[in-house]
Amino acid sequence: MQTGQPALSGVEGTNVVAMAGFAIFIGLSLVITWFAARRTQSTLNFYAAGRSITAFQNGLALAGDYMSAASFLGIAGLVALSGFDGLIYSIGFLVGWPVVVCLIAEPLRNLGKFTFSDVVAFRLRQAPVRVAAAAGSLAVVAFYLIAQMVGAGNLIRLLFGLSYETAVVIVGMVMLAYVLFGGMIATTWVQIVKAVLLLSGAFMLAMLVLIKFSFNPLALFEEATRQYGASVLAPGRFVSDPVDGISLGLALMFGTAGLPHILMRFYTVPDARTARVSVAYATAAIGTFYLLTFILGFGAMVLVGQPAIRAVDAGGNMAAPLLAEAVGGQAFLGFISAVAFATILAVVAGLTLAGAAALSHDIYVHVFRGGRASEKEELRVARGATILLAVLSIVLGIVFKGQNVAYMVGLAFAIAASANFPALVLSMFWRKFTTRGAQASILFGTASTLLLIYLSPTIQIDLLKQTTAIFPYRNPGLFTIPLSFVVGILTSLAAPEAAAAEGFTRLEHQIHVGEEEPA
Amino acid sequence: MSDSHVHLTRVAAARWRLALTLTAVMTIVYVGFILLIAFNKPLLGTVLVPGLSLGILLGVLIIATAWILIMIYVRWTNTHYDHRVADERRSRLESR
Repeated sequence: MQTGQPALSGVEGTNVVAMAGFAIFIGLSLVITWFAARRTQSTLNFYAAGRSITAFQNGLALAGDYMSAASFLGIAGLVALSGFDGLIYSIGFLVGWPVVVCLIAEPLRNLGKFTFSDVVAFRLRQAPVRVAAAAGSLAVVAFYLIAQMVGAGNLIRLLFGLSYETAVVIVGMVMLAYVLFGGMIATTWVQIVKAVLLLSGAFMLAMLVLIKFSFNPLALFEEATRQYGASVLAPGRFVSDPVDGISLGLALMFGTAGLPHILMRFYTVPDARTARVSVAYATAAIGTFYLLTFILGFGAMVLVGQPAIRAVDAGGNMAAPLLAEAVGGQAFLGFISAVAFATILAVVAGLTLAGAAALSHDIYVHVFRGGRASEKEELRVARGATILLAVLSIVLGIVFKGQNVAYMVGLAFAIAASANFPALVLSMFWRKFTTRGAQASILFGTASTLLLIYLSPTIQIDLLKQTTAIFPYRNPGLFTIPLSFVVGILTSLAAPEAAAAEGFTRLEHQIHVGEEEPA
Repeated sequence: MSDSHVHLTRVAAARWRLALTLTAVMTIVYVGFILLIAFNKPLLGTVLVPGLSLGILLGVLIIATAWILIMIYVRWTNTHYDHRVADERRSRLESR
């Protein structure tokens, strides 16, 4: 997203519908928070909404966590400016979900309490594993959060004409209110409301586009080829290098199964069956949304036109709002803007809660207090961590103003895939996995991803303006994911841990049966 | 080793087999799609009917594949796996 561009023609803080929608959403979500706050007196409610969320609700909440403003505005923009290539991204974001449901969702629900570290640490030595796992979580959360905050600042400036800093502070403060007072209950319901708004907004917009093409998407695509040539339906420059393409693909696919804020959602449901079914709902919502986004992208390409989209934002991020203005006028633009804003707020809240859980549940309770903190104490620390993270995200949002942070979402996915995913899989499937193996795998995954991204053309050439990059690929996943597995396996084999291997039988049983009743 | 434990091990193995198969199918389909994009762009640009290229058709089919794989897994676990685990659990409690 570029800075220094003019605000959208019709808005600049004058769009009454946008402002009203924005105010209604904040009002509604604070009412939700108010009700949630009265129930948020225990860690079970704060981290996991009392495990009372239904499959359908959790499906929508998962979809809400996953469909960020970046995917709504970013992918629609990518499709609008480069056609088919945008579809490659949408697909990458969806193919991770079969992995989540097949390998991760149920064992996670049956083995853990609040964070994915609970699972990795299940039969290993608590403190060392949790430090590493929390570091992996926090790295993912931090990069994801920065990308969202910078996106939020730019977007709200473009949509509402507020200053970048004001936008970042508002997002930070409102999100803080949700998480601090309403915990997971408020965060989940905000997420559900946002998912419904986003899906219905995208659906209405797509219908307004398709009505002009007698509800035939192919007629829309045909019109696009008439205006811009057949190349818009064919792959362009996006995957020019097979290694880079597969590397990105693997990071998106396995990264989904390692995102702490997504994984945490599986603790909000009563049992493994509900966790499983909720993924089916989530994927139905997310897949439909990406298909709609594809219509929106081509709709913007044809009805708004590429030059007009580029004129407002060179990255194409304003394609969907511009399309809303073109087909539905000022009122609809206002509605879509408010939806985009709600989207950012909800995603940021989910990320902050996941980060706070890593700091309080993993680091404070299990590392500093050896697992012996009272519930009251843990809740106090979790709230403190929430405030810390909110302040930090506001500060980072402002520090990174005007920087190109688009690569950070990819970086977050790459770390999730290389640090969190291998440790989770090895801890659940491999009897001989050890504490040292887990530590080594997670730390290697995080460090190698950071290092290779730093040495890649993304940082060296695009940001630091060097002429060459030491590491030739933009996406390290193809190397870091398998290497993290290898590091975890070799380190475990080098020094076996008898207690960890003994615990594996208990783990295997609990994966399938859930918490064993006291004998 | 009780009968019920052996039984559970068998159910568990069946679930992991299905889970790993579905994961492998998704990975192969998706990586195959990326390789096709990387090595044969003109093929994916082939226009099948006006407005529809092979690439777009395959893309939509991959989204459908993800849905279908998830449906297969959820249906199987909901109808077979859950019952078998519940049976095992009941027999375990009764034998106590």
